[in-house]
Amino acid sequence: MTHRGSRVLHVGSLSRVEGEGALHLSVHDGTVTEARLQIYEPPRFFEAFLRGRAHTEPPDITARVCGICPVAYQMSACAAIEDACGVTVDPALRELRRLLYCGEWIESQTLHIYLLHAPDFLGCDGAIELARTARGHVERGLRLKQAGNAILELLGGRAIHPVNVRLGGFHRTPTAGELRPLADQLKRALDDAWQTVAWVSGFDFPDAEIDADLFALADPGTYAIESGTPTVLRADGTLSTFPLPAFLDHVHEEHLPHSTALHSALDGRRHLTGSLARFAISGRRLSRPAVEASLAAGLGDPRAGAVCRNPFRSILVRAVEVVYAVDEALRIIDTYEPPRRPYTDVPAAAGTGHGATEAPRGLLYHRYVLDAEGTVTDACLVPPTAQNQGAIEDDLRRTAQHAITQRASADDELTRLCERVIRNHDPCISCSTHFLDLTIDRT
Amino acid sequence: MSPPTLAVFKLASCDGCQLTLLDCEDELLGLAGRVRIAHFLEATSAVRPGPYDLALVEGSVTTAADAERIRAIRAASRHLVTIGACATAGGVQALRNFADVDEFTRTVYARPDYIDTLATSTPVSAHVDVDFELRGCPIDRRQLLEVITAYLAGRKPDIPNNSVCFECKRRGTVCVTVAHGTPCLGPVTHAGCGAICPAYGRGCYGCFGPSGSVNLPALIPVLNRDGMDDRDTERFLHTFNTAAFEEELRR
Ligand code: SF4
Ligand code: SF4
Repeated sequence: MTHRGSRVLHVGSLSRVEGEGALHLSVHDGTVTEARLQIYEPPRFFEAFLRGRAHTEPPDITARVCGICPVAYQMSACAAIEDACGVTVDPALRELRRLLYCGEWIESQTLHIYLLHAPDFLGCDGAIELARTARGHVERGLRLKQAGNAILELLGGRAIHPVNVRLGGFHRTPTAGELRPLADQLKRALDDAWQTVAWVSGFDFPDAEIDADLFALADPGTYAIESGTPTVLRADGTLSTFPLPAFLDHVHEEHLPHSTALHSALDGRRHLTGSLARFAISGRRLSRPAVEASLAAGLGDPRAGAVCRNPFRSILVRAVEVVYAVDEALRIIDTYEPPRRPYTDVPAAAGTGHGATEAPRGLLYHRYVLDAEGTVTDACLVPPTAQNQGAIEDDLRRTAQHAITQRASADDELTRLCERVIRNHDPCISCSTHFLDLTIDRT
Repeated sequence: MSPPTLAVFKLASCDGCQLTLLDCEDELLGLAGRVRIAHFLEATSAVRPGPYDLALVEGSVTTAADAERIRAIRAASRHLVTIGACATAGGVQALRNFADVDEFTRTVYARPDYIDTLATSTPVSAHVDVDFELRGCPIDRRQLLEVITAYLAGRKPDIPNNSVCFECKRRGTVCVTVAHGTPCLGPVTHAGCGAICPAYGRGCYGCFGPSGSVNLPALIPVLNRDGMDDRDTERFLHTFNTAAFEEELRR
């Protein structure tokens, strides 16, 4: 270890993220000159091989982009193709889609809270280690996660890559009697979700603030999940929206040499999607239990426009979103009446369609061009992690600089801090990354 | 005696198969008490060097670096089990094997010169010896637990080689092909999922890959009868296990 001189650090792969990748940090004379999240995803070429497929196929195929949020891919693909074909899906079926999506939110957000993120606050390597000292907490997390998976399994057939989703709705819709046992499990889950909020509220949160623009869908009357209008909240508090078909005019992707993921900017500025953005933009539309959870978590009153810009506290926002998703799933089950048909017909038509939904870790946009037979001639997928990458790097640079300025942190301490910063954002590196190694260059 | 060590590795994949392990909510903590998790980046920051008693490998080989890495993993592992269609058949990314990868790269990336990839996506068994291949996109949770338990007990996993049709019969699902003329790959697809798709009213799309002894050419006229032309049939077989079904067709 040297001080001030030049030095290079190599640290093992980043863990407890979805996928694997690397981080490169350059420090020159006490100043962080560069922070790069390196994304080594071996290209899987989805956008290329979707061309030539029938318009009915992208929901099953694009699910395989990510095993952690397959429903998000299925829902964005369905929305985009239905848009291209000019079809509006029956409202009862849209409710059922929302229920399926709630299942994924519960499962994925709980996975992040308990298995990936909480160990950072409690100073242990992972949830399995955590279970040695706090078994009850981990068991509660697994039970809550299981409740989300139960929705996915009943409505989707299985939790990973559900088979029951199709254009226009579902292959088969459940009877009211089939859904009822889920309600009992979800009532217990609501309790577990509340206790999760209480548990994570007791964690110690370092001070931090990101100044990126927050970007999420907004839906009139409800917390946006499976549809909505792209909405931006600037750091200065101004709100703006644009129509979904203009998405690619605003969100530009750039390809940088250090990464196989594409970097994107929103109107030329860094932006962040995901829980913090949704809470800031749609918080007013949370249900009563979720508002109470937010107050209990110390996040403030979302009905009065509370905004949280501290990424370490994203675990609180996720916990509030789990309360919301469980409560929302219960509402949908309570009012459920089986639709007349399991799906609305989506006959092939030539056209271009756009679809965006809120994956647990942020806004996921799809666009397809179809010919008259419904064959896909062009496909474009913009996942949340690719959008967030610039903001994550900025956050890394700032946090590392702060730590160095404050107390010239030791290398291993700095490494741990940087890994935490990355996990704060719940990056789904599987959709964009492959291998993560931390390198710190000091000159 | 120290407990056996378990390692989980990832190549090109969606993470879904390793997530299946974390989705064993009821068994996870019990299992963690019986093995030492030595490498599982999705679950823990604690990483221990090999040798490993059991290595589970997800994903296919699509880069020269991964071809190297799988050899190192093999060398460090007493038993190596592949999990999922990517690792056992190249996965959905093997669609590149039938296309021009340079053209693919130009389509997806603005700067194809930054991309380092092989022209093929190949299963782990094309590179190293594999002790057992668990099928599925994704794998089935119960089968995964059976495989892990079997290796811990030092026996062969009890994973039947028959087709999805058997599971439909066991489940009491009415045959979608016979009753509704729905095209279905169940007769040629490896059992394991519990015949989910027919139970939900759709035909099997083959996500577990070919079953033990299949007669794929015999199924094609049935698919044609049920309304699929040659192009449809080709796409139907060429998706998540494209390389494996292709091999069956050439047999
Ligand atoms: S086999 Fe399917 S579920 Fe498993 S890693 Fe590959 S794409 Fe994901
Ligand atoms: S029925 Fe076929 S496509 Fe459906 S889950 Fe089972 S193996 Fe996969």
